[in-house]
Amino acid sequence: MNIINIEHIAKIYKVGLEEVHALRDVSLRIDKNEYVAIMGPSGSGKSTLMNMLGCLDTPTSGKYEFKGVSVSEMSDNELAIIRNREIGFVFQTFNLLARSDAVHNVELPLIYAGVPTAERRERAIQALIDVGLKDRLHHKPNELSGGQRQRVAIARALVTNPSIILADEPTGNLDSKTGEEIMALFHEIHEKGNTIILVTHEEYIAEHAARIVRLKDGLIEKDERVERRYIPKIKSTVAQ
Amino acid sequence: MRVILFEFKEGMMIALRAIASNKIRAMLTMLGIFIGVTVVVTMSTAIKGIDNSFQQGISSLGSDVLYIDKWAWFSNVEWWKMRNRKNITMEEFEKFKNLAKLPVAVAPVINTVQTVKYQERRVENVFINGSNADYVKTTNFTFSEGRFYSEIESNGSRQVAVIGSEIAKKLFPNLSPLDKTIKIGGENFRVVGVLAEQGSFILGPWNPDNQIYVPIGTIFKNFASNRWRSITINVRAASPAMVEETKAEAEGIMRKVRGLSYDQENDFSINQQEGLQENYNSVVGVIQIAGLFITGLSLFVGAIGIMNIMFVSVKERTKEIGLRKAIGAKRRTILAQFLLESSVICLVGGLAGLIAAVILSMLINQFIPTSIQIGSVILGIGISLITGIVSGIAPAYTAAKMDPVEALRYE
Repeated sequence: MNIINIEHIAKIYKVGLEEVHALRDVSLRIDKNEYVAIMGPSGSGKSTLMNMLGCLDTPTSGKYEFKGVSVSEMSDNELAIIRNREIGFVFQTFNLLARSDAVHNVELPLIYAGVPTAERRERAIQALIDVGLKDRLHHKPNELSGGQRQRVAIARALVTNPSIILADEPTGNLDSKTGEEIMALFHEIHEKGNTIILVTHEEYIAEHAARIVRLKDGLIEKDERVERRYIPKIKSTVAQ
Repeated sequence: MRVILFEFKEGMMIALRAIASNKIRAMLTMLGIFIGVTVVVTMSTAIKGIDNSFQQGISSLGSDVLYIDKWAWFSNVEWWKMRNRKNITMEEFEKFKNLAKLPVAVAPVINTVQTVKYQERRVENVFINGSNADYVKTTNFTFSEGRFYSEIESNGSRQVAVIGSEIAKKLFPNLSPLDKTIKIGGENFRVVGVLAEQGSFILGPWNPDNQIYVPIGTIFKNFASNRWRSITINVRAASPAMVEETKAEAEGIMRKVRGLSYDQENDFSINQQEGLQENYNSVVGVIQIAGLFITGLSLFVGAIGIMNIMFVSVKERTKEIGLRKAIGAKRRTILAQFLLESSVICLVGGLAGLIAAVILSMLINQFIPTSIQIGSVILGIGISLITGIVSGIAPAYTAAKMDPVEALRYE
């Protein structure tokens, strides 16, 4: 069953008087439990595509169905609901609330989902345990290492049990060893049956995925299923 | 309904977190509202106090009393025309009194200003009110000691006096004035009564507290120059509802006494407190509006401060707003968050300002009367809440309509 079905979408931005064709004609299907990497140089349209997939933006033309429901013409509020329930975001810069502890950061999407306080704390703590931060529950971002911050962000993405995890250069701000650990964590998450879309421009990061979609000048240059050449050697989680 | 309550609660939590994370800024912002609410509420309690004092004052004069006078208190008759009118005399008063059927009391009044002494103590420029025993029936006076002078004393022009509470305080700080002999303009008068405080500072020398009441004959006898002055006839109607009818009757009788033919204008005026009230409203009302306007300006400045801070806060938290939207915050959730933040700041500042205003009002009450009422409290809370919402709406709207993609990219 496919979760994402994109047909001939285009996105045109107006910058001053000039029209920028960020996406020209892109069609893409992503099935449940796929692990897809979207690659491309800067300006290739991969950020635009990611925003589109994440329901942060709507296409200028074309069709986007998410689990069979058309999102192309949804209102801001409807998109917010889809993002809240169906999509877990992981950003390059983590985007944690600086003055809130790990638990509060993780429970944030549950607040917007209307989950009652007690249940939401329980779920947030469980999500943090799942990513190996059992003893960092009440640390604030500035008391955590880069890798730990990204784990908090991943816990936040997972806590709502979304249909897809959308990770935008998740290792971009991390050293290679920590990056490796985070990729191992993604591997585990994928093993548990989650669908992951990874946006990156690093070849060795993309190699973790089972499918690589390469973009160039707003078009899909290549969409290939790859033999996963890389299986993480190290265990991801600090505590299992 | 439950969803709204939930969102309100969560929005409130987020707003409180935001305020707590920037305490000094929040305090400084609150200070603006604090000062604004303090001055506006204090001003309103002072205005209310002065108003009450005035109302009390004129009611001590009696709201159903007509004053037949040579002069109109407030009118568009040229003053030289009134100057040329004949004086109202005691003889005319007697005729009037005999003809009038409707009034419950009729009294002639003449005033003089004299220095009053008791032993070493003296009070300058005291209004001495000369009348007859019926005068007290045209007022709402109450007595702290003694009585009003009697008909016999009045008819016999006895040297007796009834003194106002302020005069009593000044001349007799430590002892009872009753049966003491005071000097009014050098003449001896025996005190037979002391008025209870009538309380109307706004009337100044016209305040009964600052006056002395003596039989009218003593004025003519002792202060001869007053013999040629016009008297005022105080006429008290049976009830406020009877005022108009009594006035019509009084006008008819006065015209008859004066022997005016139908085509002649009145050569006297019938005054009423109502005129005083109107005049008060037109003068003091303007001062009040100006006062509230000026104090309102400080509140306005406070509101601009809040708006400014909220705009800064929105700008600063652009990325946070982007994130919140990305993970599912709706427009109205973001709008509520920032509105609640500015409302909480204003409400806290406003409540503190309200407390300060109450304390300030109590202090000011030592000098001029103030009146703290539930209305002032509602006013204080109301204006701080409205300020919060009004000054928060534009920044909150800016935050709510942010594009999450742009906001997330913001550095």
